[in-house]
Amino acid sequence: MNMLRQIRAVTWMNLRSIPQRFGTSSVIVVGIAGVVAVLISVLAMATGFTHTLLATGRDDRAIVLRGGSDSELASTLSREATLTIIDAPGIRKDAAGKAIASAEPVVIVEMPKKSNASGANVTIRGVGAEGVALRPEIQLVAGRMFRRGVRELIVGRGAEAQFKGLDVGSHIALRGSDWTIVGAFESNGDSHESELFADAETVLSAYRRNLYQSVVARLDSKDSFDAFKAALTTNPQLSVAVLRERDYYVHQSQRMGKVLAFVAYFVGGIMAVGALFGALNTMYSAVSVRSREIATLRAIGFGASAVVLSVLIEAILLAVMGALIGAGLAWLFFNGNVVSTLGSNFTQVVFRLAVSPSLVALGILWACAIGLIGGLFPAIRAARLPVATALRAV
Amino acid sequence: MKFLPLLWAGLWRKRTRTIFTLLSIVVAFVLFGMLQGVNAVFSNALNAAAVDRLSVVSRISFTEPLPFSYLAQIESLPGVAAVAYQSWFGTYYQDPKNFVFSFPVDPVRFFPLYPELQLPKDELAALVRTRTGAVVGRELARKYGWKIGDRVPLHSVIWTQANGRSDWQFDIVGIYDAPNDPNQGISFFFNHSYFDEARSFSKGTVGWYVVKVKDPAQAMQVAAAIDRRFANSPDETKSQSEKEFTQAFIKQAADISFIVSSILGAVFFTLLFLTGNTMMQSVRERVPELAVLKTLGFTDFAVVVLVLCEALVLCLAGALIGLAIAAGIFPALKRVIGEASLSWSILGLGSAVAVLLALVTGLPPAWRTTRLNIVDALADR
Repeated sequence: MNMLRQIRAVTWMNLRSIPQRFGTSSVIVVGIAGVVAVLISVLAMATGFTHTLLATGRDDRAIVLRGGSDSELASTLSREATLTIIDAPGIRKDAAGKAIASAEPVVIVEMPKKSNASGANVTIRGVGAEGVALRPEIQLVAGRMFRRGVRELIVGRGAEAQFKGLDVGSHIALRGSDWTIVGAFESNGDSHESELFADAETVLSAYRRNLYQSVVARLDSKDSFDAFKAALTTNPQLSVAVLRERDYYVHQSQRMGKVLAFVAYFVGGIMAVGALFGALNTMYSAVSVRSREIATLRAIGFGASAVVLSVLIEAILLAVMGALIGAGLAWLFFNGNVVSTLGSNFTQVVFRLAVSPSLVALGILWACAIGLIGGLFPAIRAARLPVATALRAV
Repeated sequence: MKFLPLLWAGLWRKRTRTIFTLLSIVVAFVLFGMLQGVNAVFSNALNAAAVDRLSVVSRISFTEPLPFSYLAQIESLPGVAAVAYQSWFGTYYQDPKNFVFSFPVDPVRFFPLYPELQLPKDELAALVRTRTGAVVGRELARKYGWKIGDRVPLHSVIWTQANGRSDWQFDIVGIYDAPNDPNQGISFFFNHSYFDEARSFSKGTVGWYVVKVKDPAQAMQVAAAIDRRFANSPDETKSQSEKEFTQAFIKQAADISFIVSSILGAVFFTLLFLTGNTMMQSVRERVPELAVLKTLGFTDFAVVVLVLCEALVLCLAGALIGLAIAAGIFPALKRVIGEASLSWSILGLGSAVAVLLALVTGLPPAWRTTRLNIVDALADR
């Protein structure tokens, strides 16, 4: 009990003197705020990107690609193959007994970005008659649905916001044909919101193609995936890769997620080392300015551990303050920011930066670590201060 | 010169503080060097783009193929010196992690258009002779230990052969050098004729055309003429200088220079605070000593220069050490960011930033010394 009281007394004394040492103390705060701001902003990008792709995949849907290809863009499936796939067991049927599955051509159109006017690739997904029943998360928020057999598109909210000329009512030219955007949709903020949807057959005829890129199917249940996969992979007529939709999108997000995490930890790590030196500086000077007070305390019976802990607590408090400022800045400037980058289909994925509580917690954890190491050595020096010499020092 | 010991003594007055400040500056410049180096990789890609070459891609998007018949039509346009074509083959070697940038080309058309890729004449002739022949960059050959005469299978994630297989066999008949930019030494070129004959779909198309113009000054007009030629056809084209094309391609992924400058902004703001604080403190603690100097006859100007020089030595030393460390780290990061190096321009820029940092952090405390009242300062009041 006595020990706790000592710590409290010394810490309180230290903290009250912070305003007098405002300049040096702010070095810890600003240094750590910088580290945490950079760390959290880049990780918010990684989280946002991964989250958007993961939200797209569901466990009770499966995606079928040509064997050996790793993304829809690289895959090609013939019409016969898609018909065989849609006939496979394990696919849920609608009220009319039709399999809820969609054979989808995926084509790309270049549109200018609103932010820098340079062209970027946008996905146009042709969906079959069951394409919407397949994805109940898709909700029209403006205009109407496209009609089959007509050159009409609906646009995802993300794509509409990021690119010029994709508002409801505008026209775009594809292969010399004129298309109208008749509606806009939301889809839980997943990656389909970065895309345009149209009727599959109309897209194929406009692009003069007869190959599809993928088949997406709603399964009877999560557990019927294995039967579905077995039926397709054992069929000698087909050479396909069958994936749970969630696994497919996990795979799609991995590369970019890894790159962003590497940037965050690498740059953040180097900055943390710099901030650590700043923290050491601050705490050494905090100790040396107060060496007489510390010596006095020791002379009247305060323990060395009370002195050590009080210095550590001060360092950590300053560090946490810096972390909160850094997190606050990241949140203020970036939370909810909508950006886009190249996904693995060579097309843009629009996503929202998310400064989540767990990222803030991570930032505070880093700050505590920096504060702890930055405070430890000065604290030890404070405790080892020869009492008599320090008292005499002017 | 005779003030050097004084400068030195001032710097080492508080040893720990100076060392930690120096180390923070070092760290900041490590980051500066690395980020600028990465930035330079991307701008090198831009500089590698020749001024007399145009890229002709589909207007819909560069992933859409163009008809082979465009070759003769582009060739016949005035101002066009030569035309070559490439396609994106999208392959890996043995494992999906080993991505190989491979392109089917017509070697007789392609290599003369790219003088920066140096391929011996007899190896080019061997490529033309060998249907399944391929030439690879020196860097790529080294990475997988490939030699001329090797038979190499590549797995294409896009293209299947007529028999449904995605594995393609190649015989390496040549190795090219790219002395100006090592990052160009990682490509794999093979015969378009083999590719077009064996692939199971999209026959009779190419990925994009590369056009050499007769007069670089006329490049924009030629680009416009090409696009006009195919306007209102199902396959409209978009012709740009190679530089614009590369720029747009990089921008699709991210605005690299924006990210780099944002991070560096945060780093240097923090650093400014730290170094400024150190300088302030060191001047504040030395007020009586500076007063002694002034009593001895040092002018205000001499004292200001002394304080500024201290900041300058600290910042410049930190910057140079930091940049040296960054240069040392680059080889370790080769796998992640490609061949990056610290150019003289980055070194110059870094030194300039260091000088600026020293001035900004050293001036305010230096200025304070000019307003010292000697009597008060000596008494430490």
